[in-house]
Amino acid sequence: MTALSLRDVRKNFGATEIIRGVTLDIAPGERHCIIGPNGAGKTTCFNLISGRFPITSGEILLNGVRIDTLPPHKINRMGLSRSFQITSIFHRMSVFENLRCALLWSRGYRYSFWSPLWRQTALNEAAEALLEDLNLATRRDVLAGLLSYAEQRALEIGMTIAGGASVVLLDEPTAGMSNTETDYAMALIRRVTQGKTLVMVEHDMKVVFDLADTITVLVYGQVVASGPPAAVRANRAVQEAYLGALEE
Amino acid sequence: MRVRWLIVALIVVAMAAPWGFYDWTHHRHSGFLISMLSQMGMMVILALSYNMLLGQAGLFSLCHATFFGMGGYATIHFLNAAGDGSLPVPMEVMPLLAGLSGLALAMLFGAMATKQRATAFAMITLGIGELMATAALMFHHFFGGEGGVTTNRMIDNSVFGLSYASGLQVYYLILAWTVIAAALMYFLTLTPLGRMANATRDNFERAQFIGYDPRMVRFLQFALSGFFAGIGGGLYAITYEIVTFDALAAPLSANALLMAYIGGTTVFGGPILGAVLITLLQSGVSLLSNSWLVYVGVMFIAMVIFAPSGLAGLIKAHEPIRRAGRLGALTVPYLRLVIPSLGVLLGFVGLVELMSFLTIGAAQGKKLVLFGGPIDVHAVVPWAVSVASLLLGGVWLRFEAAGFHLVWERLMAGARR
Repeated sequence: MTALSLRDVRKNFGATEIIRGVTLDIAPGERHCIIGPNGAGKTTCFNLISGRFPITSGEILLNGVRIDTLPPHKINRMGLSRSFQITSIFHRMSVFENLRCALLWSRGYRYSFWSPLWRQTALNEAAEALLEDLNLATRRDVLAGLLSYAEQRALEIGMTIAGGASVVLLDEPTAGMSNTETDYAMALIRRVTQGKTLVMVEHDMKVVFDLADTITVLVYGQVVASGPPAAVRANRAVQEAYLGALEE
Repeated sequence: MRVRWLIVALIVVAMAAPWGFYDWTHHRHSGFLISMLSQMGMMVILALSYNMLLGQAGLFSLCHATFFGMGGYATIHFLNAAGDGSLPVPMEVMPLLAGLSGLALAMLFGAMATKQRATAFAMITLGIGELMATAALMFHHFFGGEGGVTTNRMIDNSVFGLSYASGLQVYYLILAWTVIAAALMYFLTLTPLGRMANATRDNFERAQFIGYDPRMVRFLQFALSGFFAGIGGGLYAITYEIVTFDALAAPLSANALLMAYIGGTTVFGGPILGAVLITLLQSGVSLLSNSWLVYVGVMFIAMVIFAPSGLAGLIKAHEPIRRAGRLGALTVPYLRLVIPSLGVLLGFVGLVELMSFLTIGAAQGKKLVLFGGPIDVHAVVPWAVSVASLLLGGVWLRFEAAGFHLVWERLMAGARR
């Protein structure tokens, strides 16, 4: 069974068709990168999968279960988590609180207004451990909005994986980072997504060819090519549409 | 630890306050003081419960008095039922019933309003407030129309054997419930729901993608804040033994907003500060001046512009400097702000009072009395002095404020190092 599959997914905004019949199958544990020129619909794809926008037609299945009619929070509870291209954190709460909030639902706290958080030892320890993992321990009590850009991105990745989702979507996690920061972020991503299915939109070709088991090339809302990195690199259509321009 | 002592001190002061103006020759309490303190207690609950929405959940509600009023009306009926023996509930538990009434109504209206957030939410709550205000005038059986509903709080049923004949006993009941309600509301901020309310305030979309339905978070927070507002309303009914339209109409909703905002929405205790201050102004300044609402209004505008984090936020901003032990360095700059500020204040108050006495005062046949003597509002001198004081003070204040800002920045930079 596939971890995530899209079957002829289409999305219209008004009269314009942005996603024009995307079909994808992503195996459990696969590291899948989606590339494509600006405006190809990569982020829109993520928004459809994660339930942020409804799809116009087609089907999306998570571990064999249809999710395309569910609201985002229900999709998340079924084991799919995502990050955003523009950092999306709780900026007026401390780093620790951000991570603890991200852990709450998966640990069964639901909407509890009777359990005092300071007494939830296991929860607090998990949040502290995550803090260590992300190398943010020294920034524990800083408001998330005051972190540096790279730290905020790390925090966002932490919040995305905190709930233990089996399928993780990362939308340009290294955008706007320096080379050192990118290397660091990629090491972090490899570490925290071990054993999970990872779907990533990325512009940095070095990162993509380093990480991916499978690459999907999206151009104008359609899949131009999908396969192992070597095959994609050799694909003429891809070279014409996209890679050629980059590799000179 | 320091905060814990502050709380203890606050409660002790609140308990001792009625005795501060005790008339030992006639063995009588000051009725004015006790009624003001009682009012403070209710307003503290109202402001804190409002801040569960505004500060903690980022929900700009315009109908908070609805639930306060509901608690009040319901309590009148509960007290009447208790009085004729059909409701065997002791007085001390009445506010809990009031809270449950507020909760029930907040669940009903919350189901409608909390589907939305931001502006749409504010619009819906505005509608709800108007709806309830109209209902209060239409449905006489429950709301009693314009005259409101009345009761007698001597129901002769108390856990402690109290009659609640005197205002002092009622005040202590209010104080106890205020402490209980405030403690519970503080506890809520430390639970998963409380934290997720903050989270949906900051970023509702991210909240969705960590498994939470922001609508549900908003709904629960709204319902619980209605519960506490209801408790405040119950205490109102017990104190005044009459509840009218005023207890749920828009002006009280606006008051809740004012108190929470002026006190500071970013600190839990902020609204307490706001409620105490506004009640003081309401009871104290309203005796001295017709125009006290002008002062509250101008203070609100000034806070929004210059100190959007409220009084508590202002105090909290000193924290880094205090930790660096440099608070003393601010004494002189603050003192230098005082004189021009007094000038501005004097000029502004002077102009407002002169204008008010030129029109309303004349109609009421009153005379403006300042500094121990009557002042002729048609003479040039008082006007000239006020204008000069306002202008000179204003210019001087700008100058001093710039200097203060420099010192402040330097101290903050030093504290960060």
